Amino acid sequence: MKQDRYARVRRAARAHKIAGSVVAYTCLTIWAVIVLFPFYWMVLSSLKSYSAYNAEYIPQFYTLAPTLQNYLDAFTAVDLGRYFFNTLVFTLITTAIMLVVVTLAAFAFARLNFRGKDLVFTLFLALMMIPNELVVITNFVTITDLNLRNSFAGLILPSVVSVFYIYLLKENFAQIPDELYYAAKVDGTSDLRYLLRVMVPICRPTLITIVILKVIECWNAYVWPRLITDDARYYLVSNGIQEIRENGFGRENIPAMMAAVVVISVPLIVLFLIFHKKIMAGVSRGGTKG
Amino acid sequence: MKVVLQNLTKQFPGRGKKAEGVTAVSRFNFEIPDGKLVALLGPSGCGKSTTLNLISGLLEPTDGRIFFGEDDVTDLPPENRGVGLVFQNYALYPHLTVRQNIIFPLQNRKGADKLSRQEMNRRADEAAALVQIEGLMDRRPKELSGGQQQRVAIARALVKMPRVLLLDEPLSNLDARLRLQTREEIRRIQKQTGITTIFVTHDQEEAMSISDLIVVMKNGVVQQTGQPQEVYDHPVNEFVARFLGTPPINMFRGRVEQGRLYIGRDAVLKLAGVADQEVMVGIRPEGFLLREDGPLRCRLSRVEVMGRDISVVSSHEGAESAAIRSIIDAENRVDHQAETVRFALRPGKVHLFSRETEQALPFQLC
Amino acid sequence: MDKQNKKAWLYLLPAIVFLGAFMVYPLIDVFVYSFEEGFNSASQTYFGVGWYNYAYVLRDPYFLQAVKNTFLLVIITVPLSTGIALLFSVALSSIKPLRNLFQTVYFLPYVTNTLAVGLVFMILFKRTAYTDGLVNLMLSWFGAGPVDFIDGPYWAKMFVLCFYTIWVVLPFKILILTSALASVNQDYYNAARVDGTSRTRIFFRITLPMISPMIFYLVITGFIGAFKAYSDAVALFGTDLNAAEMNTIVGYIYDMLYGNSGGYPSYASAAAILLFAIVLTITCINLLVSRRHVHY
Repeated sequence: MKQDRYARVRRAARAHKIAGSVVAYTCLTIWAVIVLFPFYWMVLSSLKSYSAYNAEYIPQFYTLAPTLQNYLDAFTAVDLGRYFFNTLVFTLITTAIMLVVVTLAAFAFARLNFRGKDLVFTLFLALMMIPNELVVITNFVTITDLNLRNSFAGLILPSVVSVFYIYLLKENFAQIPDELYYAAKVDGTSDLRYLLRVMVPICRPTLITIVILKVIECWNAYVWPRLITDDARYYLVSNGIQEIRENGFGRENIPAMMAAVVVISVPLIVLFLIFHKKIMAGVSRGGTKG
Repeated sequence: MKVVLQNLTKQFPGRGKKAEGVTAVSRFNFEIPDGKLVALLGPSGCGKSTTLNLISGLLEPTDGRIFFGEDDVTDLPPENRGVGLVFQNYALYPHLTVRQNIIFPLQNRKGADKLSRQEMNRRADEAAALVQIEGLMDRRPKELSGGQQQRVAIARALVKMPRVLLLDEPLSNLDARLRLQTREEIRRIQKQTGITTIFVTHDQEEAMSISDLIVVMKNGVVQQTGQPQEVYDHPVNEFVARFLGTPPINMFRGRVEQGRLYIGRDAVLKLAGVADQEVMVGIRPEGFLLREDGPLRCRLSRVEVMGRDISVVSSHEGAESAAIRSIIDAENRVDHQAETVRFALRPGKVHLFSRETEQALPFQLC
Repeated sequence: MDKQNKKAWLYLLPAIVFLGAFMVYPLIDVFVYSFEEGFNSASQTYFGVGWYNYAYVLRDPYFLQAVKNTFLLVIITVPLSTGIALLFSVALSSIKPLRNLFQTVYFLPYVTNTLAVGLVFMILFKRTAYTDGLVNLMLSWFGAGPVDFIDGPYWAKMFVLCFYTIWVVLPFKILILTSALASVNQDYYNAARVDGTSRTRIFFRITLPMISPMIFYLVITGFIGAFKAYSDAVALFGTDLNAAEMNTIVGYIYDMLYGNSGGYPSYASAAAILLFAIVLTITCINLLVSRRHVHY
């Protein structure tokens, strides 16, 4: 009698658990579809021919006659190759300069002693609170006055420094035991050499995180490049997309637009698929979007 | 409430494709009489915590049954078993006050079992009084010391009047002084409530000092069960003998030859009932007696005076380790300069184990 | 000591130069701009100092439209995205197989170009002469009439903007919440289970309080981020947001600065400072509320 009741209790508990995971999996799958669908749709549309796409009053979920023509158009009809190249240059140079500046500053804060260190560091932290929108106006005027509009210098210089990354790296540097520094000093190692040969290798995970975050930020940069470039020769991919949307291909050549969108999205997605563990760990350690 | 474990087995599936499963607990049979305090004792990874989780219902056994009294609870989920569980790190909810923590289990009740607010408070006060934390009811866990947190955790486990109380390494997070105090406290609370209590520990001293029964485990297999003194005096195998006792038992390689026990060239005991063979000899530190003409001749290393006792550290070619530690009464005088020291043995403190099976070899003296 | 002083400043120099030129100086300058009345960017002259720029901006219907849009966006997306993220995070941590796969998929929008994917969203929602678009096709399965989400009624446009914003911000929130959930000690759940706590009660009495610091962090950063919304709107509705009635405060600032209606850095500055004041106020309120509700 009692055992029957116990078995019922157990079955009820089991059923409850199974019902729970069915609900969980259903919700998760639905959202996964919503996340992935735009990607599927852009690839699908990019493979449909222009005429086939426009003939579909009711959109089709597959295509039987895929074509790569749109990709050809994307690179020939508009200067997608150049936008791509510009973005690459912009991303690499910005990230490289950022890395040097940030590393040096973080080293000074973490390792060296100087008068006013706490004050300066507090000021730096205070700058973290300043939204970009507040400074972008003057920067726009400054760059215009320096005649640096439509140039890489104008694009890159104001995008270099991020106080947050200095902070992140400084915290990481500070965790390295002092003994290492003193040992290196006793051996006659210079500060710079110690930084490059000891601190940088030890903190490589953090540096990689910073680089990845900065690359994502640069690749998706839109607002500043839009302000500072109106010459298509200096467009980055985001501006290129906006340009294509408004003027390129003729407004209705959506398959070609989608091909361009695919081409632009692929590099970061590939990067993400390779490094997804690192990227996700890095972002959860203190990244913010925007 | 009597607790019976029948053939209890838990296997964890291996990870990866080829990995074999791990048997954490294997064919555990034991009956815990009502109202006793029982220690599950063993080195880490011996399956003692797994056993505790099987009893609480947090894990489901692969095989075997668990009874509380006549009641087969094997199929019951933990919430229906009526167990109180105290976690190693106490698991007190940090955002709730002590009172809220203690009341928490009572608030889970539904339907006919539901209690009024006064009733809940009354029971919480009762449980708090039992563990003597009445003055701390409005504090949060982080404002309490480790020992106080421990008491709150016990109060939370007791407030629902469990059929069985389970404690997982209850003393391991406390400092040495608090540990002594708290283990007496656990003993007192258990006696006062009369709830059958099972606790897990790797500290044999802790287990021996307060439990009615101990269960020594190794690699998921129960080695020996019984009253602490009983297990200490009659270990069934080498593992149990080594595991119990501080300082630990001294092990020697020896042999039995024609009714005599030899350690190295020294014939230390005359005995009967054991066939001639190579054996391991275990001698408790308190089993040594200083005798001018003692049969066991050791090289003296040093003498440590500990007040009530003297600890004589010496060495012998037959000993497994470099240092033999013997504890003798402080009234004995030991010549610190002497090169050798000779011991007679208390027969009750000498244990023989088979070299092959590591099982104890019973013997009679003659 | 003096030598190390000098050396330290040398290491700091690049950072100070960049920050000074592109953050500190502009920060001061923006206040100056905002009080210079009648600034002419061609001649670099102005003819007065005062609150006129603020008064102008506050009376500008485009600004008021932008404020309305931004507030609607914030009020809708912040609670909704945090709630949805919490839901999915809880679901994610309740399963074992496929968890990593789901997590990776969910994070994908974080690394995509907002402008590029926005274009896809536009196409999915847009109604043209040739096609009603995919979303309208789906609506028709449920018998709902076609709606032009991109050039149609205000609520439809706002819906798309909110939907896309949530799609974009969710990856970060899910990531933060899943790691917050994973860091809750399993013993708390075991303790609750042994005590017979129901799932709902475990969630509201244990899980939620335990991760409340992270939820508040997300709400605060969510507010700040949503107030700065701009490129999502551009992606969906094009650069002429005023015409689409979909401008945001940040969009208004940029439009004042540059573009067809641009050339007014003073108005842009005043609007930027107003935005900053709003964000600061809301953040302070948030912090006050969170201090009252987060206990440890």
